[in-house]
Amino acid sequence: MSHAQRQETAEPTAAGAARPMTGNEAIARGVWEAGCKVAAAYPGTPSTEIMENVAGYPAEDIHAQWSTNEKTAMDVAIGASFAGVRAFTAMKHVGMNVAADALMSFSYIGVNGGLVIAVCDDPGIHSSQNEQDSRIYARFAQVPVLEPSDGQEALEFTRAAFALSEKYDTPVFVRSTTRLSHTRSAVVLGAREDQTGRAFHDLPAKNVMIPAHARRQHGVVLERERRLTEMLSDSPFNRVEPGQGKVGIITSGIPYTYVKECLPDAPVLKLGVTWPLPDRLIRDFAASVDRVIVVEELEPLIEDALKAMGIAAEGKAYFPREGEFSPEIVHDGFANAGLMDPRSNAAPFEFAPMVRPPVLCAGCPHTSCFMALRALDARVAGDIGCYTLAVVEPLKSIDTCVAMGSSIANAVGMAKAGTETKPIVATIGDSTFLHSGIPPLIDAVYNNADITVFILDNHITAMTGGQDHPGTGRTLRGEPSPRVDFFELVKSLGVKHVHKVDSYDIATMQQQLREAVAHKGVSVVISDRPCVLDPVKIKGPAMEVAQESCIACQACMNLGCPALTWSEEWHEGRHKVQIDPDACIGCSLCAQLCTSHAIKPIAEPA
Amino acid sequence: MADKPNATKNVLIVGVGGQGVIMVSKVLAQLCQADGHDVKQSEVHGMAKRGGGVFSHVRFGPKVWSPTIPEGEVDILVALEWAEGLRWIKHLKPDTGTFIADCQKIVPPFACRNRKRGAEPAYAPQTPEEIIDQVHAGYVMDATGMAANLGNAKASNTVLLGALSTVLEFPEDAWQDIIAGTVPPKSVEINARAFAEGRAWAQGGEKRIDVTASGLHKAHSEVHHPQVDTVVEITAEWCKGCDICVKMCPERCLRLNGQLKAELALPDLCTGCQLCSWLCPDMAIKVTNTPITEPAE
Repeated sequence: MSHAQRQETAEPTAAGAARPMTGNEAIARGVWEAGCKVAAAYPGTPSTEIMENVAGYPAEDIHAQWSTNEKTAMDVAIGASFAGVRAFTAMKHVGMNVAADALMSFSYIGVNGGLVIAVCDDPGIHSSQNEQDSRIYARFAQVPVLEPSDGQEALEFTRAAFALSEKYDTPVFVRSTTRLSHTRSAVVLGAREDQTGRAFHDLPAKNVMIPAHARRQHGVVLERERRLTEMLSDSPFNRVEPGQGKVGIITSGIPYTYVKECLPDAPVLKLGVTWPLPDRLIRDFAASVDRVIVVEELEPLIEDALKAMGIAAEGKAYFPREGEFSPEIVHDGFANAGLMDPRSNAAPFEFAPMVRPPVLCAGCPHTSCFMALRALDARVAGDIGCYTLAVVEPLKSIDTCVAMGSSIANAVGMAKAGTETKPIVATIGDSTFLHSGIPPLIDAVYNNADITVFILDNHITAMTGGQDHPGTGRTLRGEPSPRVDFFELVKSLGVKHVHKVDSYDIATMQQQLREAVAHKGVSVVISDRPCVLDPVKIKGPAMEVAQESCIACQACMNLGCPALTWSEEWHEGRHKVQIDPDACIGCSLCAQLCTSHAIKPIAEPA
Repeated sequence: MADKPNATKNVLIVGVGGQGVIMVSKVLAQLCQADGHDVKQSEVHGMAKRGGGVFSHVRFGPKVWSPTIPEGEVDILVALEWAEGLRWIKHLKPDTGTFIADCQKIVPPFACRNRKRGAEPAYAPQTPEEIIDQVHAGYVMDATGMAANLGNAKASNTVLLGALSTVLEFPEDAWQDIIAGTVPPKSVEINARAFAEGRAWAQGGEKRIDVTASGLHKAHSEVHHPQVDTVVEITAEWCKGCDICVKMCPERCLRLNGQLKAELALPDLCTGCQLCSWLCPDMAIKVTNTPITEPAE
């Protein structure tokens, strides 16, 4: 998203007005309304738009920044809280793994200015590497987690989370999921609170976690949890909705909407805070019904707690522990529990849908990198980014993908295992390299690993929709900033063999990779071309296939370029290829591969 | 859900990344909200931008709970691409659902991977005629062609909005106002015309198929491609083991043997495509495809 677009999507609309907002936009609005002063994040689907929208509010109200990774962002927010202002960070669920180190200690320290962490889970794994349940992190860190069910609650819970944070001296989670983050509904807006900053608390016993201080603070944390538990039984975050029948439903977040869709008249305990749980409220609700059924996505956090309380709760016996819920899945669960009739499955259409997997864009500069890697027949440790798409045919060239920044150290381990006969290559994008690729590259140099690191520099954080990072020379608000020079950075780490190569020159690319792989020790190749979508959509003059010259060898189809399809013409029993001129950006990779020189730029009309 | 009355109206909008699915759903959601309905619009970002399928649920009524539409509960399915429409068609209400689709195909590279002789794209084979017979109401239109005639094929989503407007009860000006406020200023006029054209076309009847659709979805080529016997001959003396054929073979059926000479290791996978022969710098590979003579009847 460009800076101009951001301005358009999040102008500070007047209080009292209702406007359609996604969950992410509503969280951002809540942050602004709460008088928050400092916000930092690293992009990650489905959380990215939160910080983009925070940056839509005036710079004099709130400092908003992209940080190099989630732990850095968390530490920036913690620093702002120390300094006495309200602070905010947002991340996707796996970002919490990165930020957790700081979180676990900061839970002991507590806040000065209120600190709120929006964490967006991805049940169903729409765009992630796993579907972990962040509520467990809240329980682990012993901090409260708020779970809004729609846009209005996303705004109100986020705003209230800051006050809760300050009142109970604790960081507070606001947990969203993909469905909430990306659903638009009407949200009534409020005004921005005037929050005057507090002075720094000069309290080393609270702010400096040496063992003696930490031992005492652990007790403070446990006492805090007890006070929160007591308060939450009477809090407006949690509410009982009386209904008909003697089966009570306990639910939270987006699953609440599915419960209301399926059983609009059942008694419901809607939990707005899912950790700590309101002991007294739950016991009273359970006593008012004959059966308690818990409907929660992913882990049985509420259900297990109820069982530990001695309440015969049912839940995961009927509802799956994996994947995203839907009204259908909740209906099926209630049907299994004997509360609804099974769904009628009278779908008249019985045919398997065509497969349409996501692909690298037409002209994507990663395409040639993986074409060259495939030809190299290397063992490739991949990383997180658009380029993970190279795991499928026809590029099919990455062998592993674990987590952000894992590729380089994975390659070190493969090399040190001594079992691999193929050359070992790590592929990592520019943003991911800055996120967590530098320490492992130092590790590789330090331990003299015989690997090649292929930095795929497309000048943007592409996968999440085009966010700036320290290698783009621009900040979140579009201001100019010093630009990381990858070539000089890598050299300064002690890598002797470093080469930069144009992603649209496939022959040189392949030659550079061969030389890098032949080099003993760490070698680095940096491919260099901007993403075709962001920050500006690139569209050059399109290419075309001269049908009379095409011999249908399909060499160009090995690129997997979405602008290339079969034409209606044949050559020796195979379709010739044609290029969609609207999709083609003129990168010329297909022309470089063409065995019969049939691909040329479309001739200008005379 | 199915077993109880529900005043919520459900519209599912589907297509391929970059077609404007989100624009269509935003226009509809704004219109419903301006008309006083509770509205939820839900989509999933992420991979969608990269040529994968995109879908957006729009639900409106007095009070909307679930952001997504249960299977079999879709009142109107708007498909910006033919095969994407077929992917979601089983979500339509069987008795009352309306299907509105652009007949244009976007054939993904994944569908063009079979190098066997006579292979056709692995694209949905269903024709508009056989689909429209099975829905309550259906419009299969050449929205892309209509928009292209107006000067911009990208306005196909607005053509479909015009068709959608005939099924929902909002005044025409309300649609036009919101579209004008959503699209870039320089394309306001073309979108207004695209909307009007789509609307006029769909007012022609409850089950309509554009003539272009029948042309686009005709049965696959009648051309007969005789099967062949493929022989790959590699002249070992000329092969210097450069590996190019091994690395570039689309079926990965070649390898270097112990003497570092290329050989056909997996003949069953070979499709006789001849790429190795064209790429070999030493002209060491010869591929011969001999048609198999079919026995006379």
